[in-house]
Amino acid sequence: MSGIERVTRERASRSTGSGQFTLPSRILHWTMAAMILTMLYVGVAMVASLADYHILISIHRPLGIAILVLVIVRYVNRKLNPPPEFIATMPPEERIAAHASEMLMYAMMFAMPLVGWGMLSAARYPIVLYGPIHLPPILPHSPMLYAVLRKTHTIVAYLFFATFIAHFSAVLFHTLIMRDGLIDRMVPWKVRGPESGN
Amino acid sequence: MPHQSSSHPKERPSAKDVLAMLSEPRSLVMLGIIGALLLCVVGSFAYVGGWLSPGLLTPGRFVDGFEEVNGVHPGFRRNHAKGVCVGGYFESNGKGARLSKASVFELGRVAVIGRFSLAGGQPFAADGPAAVRGFGLRFEPRHGEEWRTAMIDLPVFAVRTPEGFYEQLFAAKIDPATGKADPAKVTAFVAAHPETTRALAIIKAKPFSSGFADATFNGLNAFRFENAAGVSTYVRWSMVPVDAFAPEGPANAQNKNYLFDAAIARIRRSPVQWHLIVTVGQPGDPTDDATLPWPDTREHVDVGILTIDSVVDEAQGSCRDINFDPLVLPNGIAPSDDPLLSARSAVYSQSFTRRADETKEPSAVTPAEINQ
Repeated sequence: MSGIERVTRERASRSTGSGQFTLPSRILHWTMAAMILTMLYVGVAMVASLADYHILISIHRPLGIAILVLVIVRYVNRKLNPPPEFIATMPPEERIAAHASEMLMYAMMFAMPLVGWGMLSAARYPIVLYGPIHLPPILPHSPMLYAVLRKTHTIVAYLFFATFIAHFSAVLFHTLIMRDGLIDRMVPWKVRGPESGN
Repeated sequence: MPHQSSSHPKERPSAKDVLAMLSEPRSLVMLGIIGALLLCVVGSFAYVGGWLSPGLLTPGRFVDGFEEVNGVHPGFRRNHAKGVCVGGYFESNGKGARLSKASVFELGRVAVIGRFSLAGGQPFAADGPAAVRGFGLRFEPRHGEEWRTAMIDLPVFAVRTPEGFYEQLFAAKIDPATGKADPAKVTAFVAAHPETTRALAIIKAKPFSSGFADATFNGLNAFRFENAAGVSTYVRWSMVPVDAFAPEGPANAQNKNYLFDAAIARIRRSPVQWHLIVTVGQPGDPTDDATLPWPDTREHVDVGILTIDSVVDEAQGSCRDINFDPLVLPNGIAPSDDPLLSARSAVYSQSFTRRADETKEPSAVTPAEINQ
């Protein structure tokens, strides 16, 4: 069984039938979308700013850790509430691409905060979240390790932004050109699916 | 309005269907809208990241400036490049607790790592009377948060803004032909910065000390202390030496490291101490301008004694791999609105990142020099 067949079968067999993501999944998606986009913008802004560097990094650290906590919740939720089937208008190649980009984004949601936490640890910066709340270092003090993780943090950030652009473009294409109702799967409000019938 | 699901195509369209759909006038308009949306997102990202503003002074371009003026010296700090590691402890007398709830001000002893340095980006520069001396410190309370500070032996700072610092860096660039800064550029810079003229008058009015051990080091920027009751106080701090002041002598032509060697010999003889003096600001005292002194009549609180009892070269000491970022602050100490603070934090961080994976070569002040 190929990967995509397995994914399709798993989604189909466990889907709720409405064609829409469950409410917790939709809440997590939109909350984390806003947080991650904010993080990407804050990240590039703080690296380019003298005047706002401190305030931006003070937001960046706790927001990153909040994303780490939420992606764990989201991963568990995905196991409990699997995504609905892909819509009929998506050809197999697009399903593979969509599934791969979802997996890539999950991997990056886990990796980015951990790399950030790790690089601050390796540089021996205190990992301050807010006021007296701070996290322990997770790696030994090593400038070389810091250098590698710091570069990784930047590369993965750009990759994340590029993946977001691809995701955003695909959704816009389906919604505005194909008008196949792809967006209905994830909109915050309830949409009656063809199979739900009531 | 959400689409009605019943109107959605249920079958997978063929390539021909998609092409036909795309050639509809409506689809072309939609493609234009999609393009515009993507351009907005990518464009705003590029704008926020500074890529569309080549003239913007970013931390990266600031450090490029240091490298342009001083050359690149791999493994060394881009400013305050020459230095030596020191260690010791801070003994708090508890008097700072009424101003700040930071655990470092509770009665007791806190381990300290520090670094004596010379301002400037040349790691092998000769010691001399012209060089500003720096003292970086990292306080590590056992059960509390860290505090880092980077001080210099000037009473006020010569520039008020990061942009002013950057301009000064280039105005004071040494011309290799003459071995001096271009006087026309220096004059032009000072003329454009009356705050620098005022600050230089204050700096020149007081004699400099003979070395590191008898120097007063000043934090310069204002910070905001917050005590356990939630009361905020603007402060500045200084390390005031216990050693008697001796005026600065001429440069020692025989020994490029005479200031560092004297400090090493002094620490070897007996521990060197400073009083940590917190100056309490009053309403109206400038908190956003490090070129302006506060009146001498302000209350000075002696919050404890810093003792430096060990010295080690940069390769063995842990100070080389520490960024003495002035905004690594414990709960109870917060930044003021001084524009230099965020900029210092950003530029120090950029310098730290650049040198992190560069091959390190021995510092000017060698282990042999320290151990003789």
